[in-house]
Amino acid sequence: MIKLNPKLSQKLSYLLLCVAASLAIVPILMIIFIIIKNGVSAISWEFLTSMPKSGMRKGGILPAILGTLSIVSCAVLITLPIGICAAIYLNEYAKNNLLTRIIKLAIVNLAGVPSVVYGLFGLGIFVMLLKLGVSIIAGALTLFIMELPVIITTSRGALNSVPYSFREASLSLGVSRWQTIRHVVLPNALPGILTGAILSIARISGETAPILLTAAAFYIPHLPRSISDQVMALPYHLYIISTQIPNMPENVVYGTALVLLMIVLTMSCVAIVARIYFRKRRKW
Amino acid sequence: MRKTFDTLIEIIIFVCGILSIVFVVLIFGFLLKEGFVFFRDFGVLKFVTGRLWYPASEPPSFGILPLIFGSILVTVGACFIAVPIGIMSAIFISEIVPKGVRDILKSLVELMAAIPSIVIGFVGLTTVVPIVKKIFNLPTGLTALSGSIMLAFMAIPTIVTISEDAIRSVPRQYKEGALALGATQWQTIRRIVLRAAMPGIVAAIMLGISRVIGETMAVMMITGNAAHIPHSIFDPVRTMTATIAAEMGEAVRGGMHYKSLFAIGLVLFVITFFVNFIADIFLGKNKNS
Repeated sequence: MIKLNPKLSQKLSYLLLCVAASLAIVPILMIIFIIIKNGVSAISWEFLTSMPKSGMRKGGILPAILGTLSIVSCAVLITLPIGICAAIYLNEYAKNNLLTRIIKLAIVNLAGVPSVVYGLFGLGIFVMLLKLGVSIIAGALTLFIMELPVIITTSRGALNSVPYSFREASLSLGVSRWQTIRHVVLPNALPGILTGAILSIARISGETAPILLTAAAFYIPHLPRSISDQVMALPYHLYIISTQIPNMPENVVYGTALVLLMIVLTMSCVAIVARIYFRKRRKW
Repeated sequence: MRKTFDTLIEIIIFVCGILSIVFVVLIFGFLLKEGFVFFRDFGVLKFVTGRLWYPASEPPSFGILPLIFGSILVTVGACFIAVPIGIMSAIFISEIVPKGVRDILKSLVELMAAIPSIVIGFVGLTTVVPIVKKIFNLPTGLTALSGSIMLAFMAIPTIVTISEDAIRSVPRQYKEGALALGATQWQTIRRIVLRAAMPGIVAAIMLGISRVIGETMAVMMITGNAAHIPHSIFDPVRTMTATIAAEMGEAVRGGMHYKSLFAIGLVLFVITFFVNFIADIFLGKNKNS
């Protein structure tokens, strides 16, 4: 083997690493570009605010947008308080014992369960056993279990970054433990908790497999009325029109993908920018 | 009054804290219960080693070997692409580019992770599938290879983010020591930094694998969904996840077919449990070193 000059080998390696990083990032930018380029012609006020017509091939996607919004907001309302409480327990109360180790292991494994298995579980427990039927609430509960580990992990990180001295100062004034958490720790951790929450909302808005079996419907001729309604959902709608319906006009499919992508990416960008802003402003 | 309120809150917090355990046990128990009935009626061995998946024929055959091979083939293919690219990108982002560029690249990687799998599947269907068909001159582009390519994009963000954390948490003294001995920056990265970060990188690969095995929608759209034991990466395949998602709608509630899908769910749950467990052990090692 030829022995390369270390300087030259460094240059070659860096070139290779740079190529690898471009291979990671460029395809994703291309995906975004392709969807915007082909989908933007379908976007109009009518597309966003009317019902689908002629077997989804014309008209708009309003019920799908509203369906996704209702499932996701229900899921968030359940996940946020419970997830934050769980994070508070782990970061502020839990001692380093067997129970805590088991909780942490449970969170790790909950985070790794495939989304379609959550769908199966939701179907078995919420739809069938609790007789909620295929509905917004069954879908929301399924997404809740799926998002719980993510919310716990990010909230815990935010709580953990609040300096220990803040707690000591408050406790030394005779303030109780809960009051310290409520008035000192939580307000300081809030930006971190919220950015984590927005990122996870973005993620579940695009999930298909968990709601496929628990909430989503092929076509519903009216808008969602109550949480026990079966609804259309944007990701599932995209799945249907891109694979199940023949002679679908291409720009409508791309337009639907664009709307979904924009909802998800906008929320993610907001969260990322907010996080950078709060990190810069942090006083400790 | 305030004291009782405090205690009440603390009880609620404790209950939320142990809820994760409850859910893991519930999910496992539920899959086990449904799967157990199926195993009793059909036989575990016939299920795991059966080569034919014909759930709707008479008599039905529930052999998941083709589905397991499908999942493994797509996952291995995705890893061949995602692991080298992911690790090299992580080195590039954490060690080579200046801080400003690093923050931008990291945000981009985070955005990548947010793109829904259904969107990735759809773009794969309209771009990669025809390209694969044309280049390799195949009867169809809906192959394991197309699936692997698209899934690699979904594993890369996971691998990059976690490897980058591991590389950055290598103590600065290690690097300074090597540089002071006259090593070039690249020699330092290759022989010192990478070696110290190895447990974290292994964990990153495991979590990437876990993401790929569990991926459903994109796989269902672009791998062709043929439940045969594949001969090469150019064959159409059907994964375990896609089988559940595609067939649950038509399976009769409570019937054999229905229960068999829960049994597949159980297999998936056990596999991802172990992969994540191993990843967690490696992550712990990384923190201790």
